[in-house]
Amino acid sequence: MNQDVLHILLADDDDDDRLFFRDAIEDVKVKTILTIVNDGEELMQYLNKPDTRLPNLLFLDLNMPRKNGIECLKEIRANSKLKDISVAIYSTSALEKDVEDTLVYGANIYIKKPNDFELLKIIIDKVITINWQYHTSGLNRENFILNIQ
Amino acid sequence: MKLHIKYDMNICCKVVLQEQLDKLEMPYTITGLGEVEFKEIIASDKYHALELCLKKYGFEIIENPKNVFTQKIKDAIVEMVYLEESLPSTNISDFLANKLNRSYGHLANTFSEVTYTSIQNFIIIQKIERVKQEIIDGNDTLTQISFKLNFSSLAHLSTEFKKITGLTPTAFQRIITKRKEKELNAK
Repeated sequence: MNQDVLHILLADDDDDDRLFFRDAIEDVKVKTILTIVNDGEELMQYLNKPDTRLPNLLFLDLNMPRKNGIECLKEIRANSKLKDISVAIYSTSALEKDVEDTLVYGANIYIKKPNDFELLKIIIDKVITINWQYHTSGLNRENFILNIQ
Repeated sequence: MKLHIKYDMNICCKVVLQEQLDKLEMPYTITGLGEVEFKEIIASDKYHALELCLKKYGFEIIENPKNVFTQKIKDAIVEMVYLEESLPSTNISDFLANKLNRSYGHLANTFSEVTYTSIQNFIIIQKIERVKQEIIDGNDTLTQISFKLNFSSLAHLSTEFKKITGLTPTAFQRIITKRKEKELNAK
């Protein structure tokens, strides 16, 4: 069943954050396959390659060099081939305006980056498990909105 | 010119399923939601052809009995949340246990094993999905929606909504409206 595994893509320019993420994802019960890219340019190249295996869920850091998260988000949402990807935006900002703006641009999930590793594990578990329900139960991904502070 | 179309998923799925099954040219009966009975065994090449046709529509033949059972639980929950105008006020665990003829404990265990979440959580997710749809449809006020879906009050609905989505229903409404405006401006 193609429902068995969730393909996750992480775009983050920070070495430590990438490592934390990889560790945090180990304990999640849903089976996942993780791919990592280091910045916005690499991300868009990866997504636009013709025979790339597209992810189900993309974690996108807002602040990246070369191409930042918002620019990537706008490009992704303008591309109909990528419409089935759930996009989770990662940011250090907790301002309501930033949250709403990114959701209006088409992000599904907004996560304020936690300082604590244990908290990160809990958050990632929650996001992946809820996304899994959308993936396996035919829920409308366009209405999938989640804000984690 | 803009058309707003409402569709009935149940009818849609049933028709699509019938059209694919008819291609097999074998007698069959649709015995329930997502359940089809054939008098004879289907040859494996026909079975695979059917699988491919169904896949185009996002349909899948479920083979693992636990998955079959979990799908039945999900279907019962969706039926409860969507098809009844107002949700039943009877105890949900009793409703499911009766409908599926098993103890609630058994239902709960199988369900969490397959979906990695609990029945209770799934029910709330589905309820909130319906709330979102009602908000987007725009026919009822938030207060009306909260009573329709059997929340004890608007405050109760807002709390549950915020628990699941991290946003208030009004913030959700605002975001959806702004998204639509963006789409219109882009054209």
